[in-house]
Amino acid sequence: MTRHIAGRFGQAVVATLGVLTIVFFIMRLSGDPTLLLVPEGATAEQIAQLRHALGFDRPLLVQYGAYLLDLLRLDLGDSLVQRTPVFGLVAERIPYTVALATGALLVALGIGIPAGVMMAVWRGGLIERALAGFVLAGQSLPTFWSGILLILLFGVTLGWLPTSGVDGIASLVMPSVALGALTMSTFARMTRIAVLDELSRDYVNAARARGLSRAAVVARHVLRNAAIPVVTVAALEVGNLLAGAVIVETVFAWPGIGQLAIQSIQARDFLIVQAIVLFVSVVYVGMNLLADLAYALIDPRIRMGG
Amino acid sequence: MTAPALTVENLSLSISGANIVDGVSFAVAPGEVLALVGESGCGKSLTASAVMRLLPDAIRQTGGRIRLGSDDITDWPERRLRDLRGQRMSMIFQEPQAALDPLARVGAQIAESLRLPRASARPRVLRMLEDVGISDPARRIDQYPFELSGGMCQRVMIATALIARPIVLLADEPTTALDVTIQAQILDLLRRLAVERQTAVLLITHDMGVVADIADRVAVMYAGRIAETGPTEAVFARPGHPYTALLLASIPRLSDEPKSKLAVIDGRVPAPAEFGPGCRFAERCPLADARCRAETPPLLPVAGNRLAACFHAGRVA
Repeated sequence: MTRHIAGRFGQAVVATLGVLTIVFFIMRLSGDPTLLLVPEGATAEQIAQLRHALGFDRPLLVQYGAYLLDLLRLDLGDSLVQRTPVFGLVAERIPYTVALATGALLVALGIGIPAGVMMAVWRGGLIERALAGFVLAGQSLPTFWSGILLILLFGVTLGWLPTSGVDGIASLVMPSVALGALTMSTFARMTRIAVLDELSRDYVNAARARGLSRAAVVARHVLRNAAIPVVTVAALEVGNLLAGAVIVETVFAWPGIGQLAIQSIQARDFLIVQAIVLFVSVVYVGMNLLADLAYALIDPRIRMGG
Repeated sequence: MTAPALTVENLSLSISGANIVDGVSFAVAPGEVLALVGESGCGKSLTASAVMRLLPDAIRQTGGRIRLGSDDITDWPERRLRDLRGQRMSMIFQEPQAALDPLARVGAQIAESLRLPRASARPRVLRMLEDVGISDPARRIDQYPFELSGGMCQRVMIATALIARPIVLLADEPTTALDVTIQAQILDLLRRLAVERQTAVLLITHDMGVVADIADRVAVMYAGRIAETGPTEAVFARPGHPYTALLLASIPRLSDEPKSKLAVIDGRVPAPAEFGPGCRFAERCPLADARCRAETPPLLPVAGNRLAACFHAGRVA
């Protein structure tokens, strides 16, 4: 168990370092970042001055070392537009995106997994076909469109939920549904396949032969076995949720890092964009680490095999 | 013979109209081992599923009765059948490791057959593990299937099947996936437990060696019908159906010349769509004549307390 965790933790550290390095070099590979920042018509002298002030005139490896040291101190530089530390600007947005992603994940898990289990257990029946249509809809409607439809129906016509902005838990409902729909479909399809796969195994027959009902076999044996592929997908889907947040936050005027990312790209505030990319990447690596730990909890073969 | 623990009468099963098991009848007495032998696809495993009332959805029972003791369970509803499974009839499978949930402790899986709270089941599970010859049961009870060998997993399956003292045990190729030495141990164990507990065992196998080892009686199946049935020794000594004779002749013997050719039965088992009106073995049978192809031979008594479904039973050598 300890060896498994230590190994996965080591991998996560390496992956994070890799992400930091790739982000750093991509930013530099795409040309001199100073040019992105100066207003049009700046003189060569102004450019050189800014380049020096930002440290872009130093050798690349020196810049890289300084960048890693700064990150260790959680110093992400100052926003080029707002002239305040990037760390604070991003950090104050993170709780909003975490709330949104959590809401979306709850929608996705809460609907997707039961839907997937039902589709597998009642395979070939009416329930499966109805659910399959529902899942297909969740998968095919683009977020920017379904978001606007939701606003129109529940915000404008029915007036049940706030159309946008942050106003208590009610304003989290529509963005979570809009963001979670695609992930819900992925969970439903993955769960269906995983449960079908398990239902065809011998241990299901054996458990029925000792008198367990189908429902009891599913509850006691099948779900746990089917959880492993679903956990894998869950970890990967968190990455998709954060990417989708960029659109949903814009549609619903939700003040999270997605909205900040769009604003910063438009304002060419590249240190903020870099900080957001780093945040999303670290979350992604962290989620995969959590998934690895979850495997060990679910499966004794992993726990004891080391 | 005492009243049978399991009686199957005229069982017929079909898949999308094709008749894959046709009028199969047999009975097993308490403490007796009946081997149902045949090639893969002859319907022997489906017969077992039909007894458990756990047939795959695609397969329909078109006729026949299943009796457990004196109860005709053929039309029992699922809820009542559930109370029978694991309690009065149970089953073990070919791949013991696959038949156990890989993520559940073996003790918990055995205890499922008891339907008792976990704490009160534990002493009984420990005793059962000992009965099936697992050493150090106190440690094994909390292990997972992957920590046990194939032979031990089959012992666990036997414990799972027998802990509630059922009157009938169905064993579907229980030793096929195991090493030869382990095979013999598992067969001995089954034999011993069947006699001790007076459990009727229906052993499904394709292996005549296994039959010779443990079966009191044997029923040879071919293409969904019983070809011959009788006491094992009598059938082995003087088969009454040409199929049985050829099956026995195809077993390699130590006395065979080195590198001599193995005896084979020419041709192949017909597919259900190819079944004609006559004997289903006719196309491969050295004794077959026009009548064999036109009429189905009934299962009739032949010498030595046996039944054979062959018009030429007297000429089989």
